[in-house]
Amino acid sequence: MPDMSVNLCGVTLKNPVIAASGTFGYGMEYNEFYPVSRLGGISCKGTTLEERAGNHAPRIAETPSGMLNSVGLQNPGVEAFLSVYLPWLKQQGTAVIANIAGNSVEEYCAMAERLHDSDVDIIELNISCPNVKHGGVNFGTSCDSVAQVTGEVKKRCGKPLMVKLTPNVTSIGDIAAAAETAGADALSLINTLTGMRIDIRTRRPILYNNTGGLSGPAVFPVAVRMVREVYKRVKIPVIGMGGISSWEDAAEMMIAGAAAVQVGTANFRDPMACVKIIDGLEAFAEQSGLSSVTELTGTLTEWQ
Amino acid sequence: MRYTQETAKLLNKSELARGIYNIVLSAPAIAGAASAGQFVNVLCDGYQLRRPISIAGYDAALHILRLVFEVRGKGTAWLAEREPGEPLDLVGPLGHGFPLSDPSRKAVLVGGGIGTPPLLPPARFYGANATVITGFRSRSAAILQADFEAAGAKTILCTDDGSAGFHGFTTQALEKHLGEASCDVVYTCGPKVMMRGVAKIAEAAGIPCYVSMEERMGCGVGACLGCVCQTKDKDGPHRTRVCLNGPVFDSREVDWDA
Repeated sequence: MPDMSVNLCGVTLKNPVIAASGTFGYGMEYNEFYPVSRLGGISCKGTTLEERAGNHAPRIAETPSGMLNSVGLQNPGVEAFLSVYLPWLKQQGTAVIANIAGNSVEEYCAMAERLHDSDVDIIELNISCPNVKHGGVNFGTSCDSVAQVTGEVKKRCGKPLMVKLTPNVTSIGDIAAAAETAGADALSLINTLTGMRIDIRTRRPILYNNTGGLSGPAVFPVAVRMVREVYKRVKIPVIGMGGISSWEDAAEMMIAGAAAVQVGTANFRDPMACVKIIDGLEAFAEQSGLSSVTELTGTLTEWQ
Repeated sequence: MRYTQETAKLLNKSELARGIYNIVLSAPAIAGAASAGQFVNVLCDGYQLRRPISIAGYDAALHILRLVFEVRGKGTAWLAEREPGEPLDLVGPLGHGFPLSDPSRKAVLVGGGIGTPPLLPPARFYGANATVITGFRSRSAAILQADFEAAGAKTILCTDDGSAGFHGFTTQALEKHLGEASCDVVYTCGPKVMMRGVAKIAEAAGIPCYVSMEERMGCGVGACLGCVCQTKDKDGPHRTRVCLNGPVFDSREVDWDA
């Protein structure tokens, strides 16, 4: 049997499949379908310093081969995360990734300090949420602000730091390089692409927030291209996500350069998606004669 | 493991009214676990999001699940084209349904349009102690009257155009009924404006009222926070998950002005 474990900035994951932030809560709901200990890790719902109510409904709109969401970071705040959800998560036997978001560099720093002594395994710096009015995505769209927030958080937190990048930029490679230079230990991408859908009868956007983040199979080829571009640009591990729905997609993403993958929207269509991807990847690695699933990462041979 | 993903088999399909379909499925696990007011999430081929459909009936012994749905878009149109013998991928039973207390109490069930089907299980529970007030656009759109009568319930049919039954809204029929008969509990499902009116009447009469909310859903199990409605309690306002904490809420928890 091939070794399915992967090492991400010093943290060993039992396999390279992580449930993506915002699609999986804190794991409790999907634990009603299968033991979440099967997963390599869980990236928790984006957490902010204070509780957030999020956006008004409707927050969901279907699209061809995907969906838009505009939840707007509804979460109970970092203290509730630490006291209510983290203790449960730590008993499940899977890596816990805390996804943090803020309105200002100071808020990100305060979150990082608060998590420094906690039991989370990795911090995922969410500088790419498209659905909040202030902060969020703005930090992720310029090299300077990416470098600033990454550097400041890194100074205040001893946890491995994974920076989650937005695809809504001109050059994802430049952004990735800025994060690496500022001290990121890993990068995860892509977050959602901003989109809009309109009800032609009411001539109103379907989403109350007007716009939302596009995810699902529709964004997969964009994600593969961006993961490839970033993989070639940086030395730190890249965690690939964006529309992965099958083990074949996960293998494709790893061959493009991903050290691990995150699976999000696919969970809605098939609640067993992550488990099927893990099992499928393992069988594929075995059939391919690999001793370790890590042997897939970055093995693409490009034409020319 | 509380949730089941099950490949159900379609046994029977019929069109109850224009665009309103009744399907009967063999789904042993979900039928065995279902309760009144819950829903299932149905995978529609070619679509990313499952369609949440309320459970109109279940029989654990016979492994039968009954769904009644309206064709609203392409996903439900696909579902309406399925034929007996075909498999359907279901997740369920989901959500918290109608709290049923004591079948000897008097219950009034108020349904509007496609909100009517989830009232069938509570009608069966209360039997002759149930009064079912349902409203439709017209006689041709009215559904399930014979099913409610077969459950032993008294039915009051309302139509917007007066082509059958009471010419007017369910809320008017409810006020009239409460003036004439006793009632211990009200259950309602239908358009939000109707449920708001029903809740107001029930609350004014001091009768507990349970409302079944609707919202566009993502995961259907509480993980994605896609389907919230505005609720309130002693701690203030909340955005609460319709799929997990609902779809049925005590009417006093719902902030209708949000």
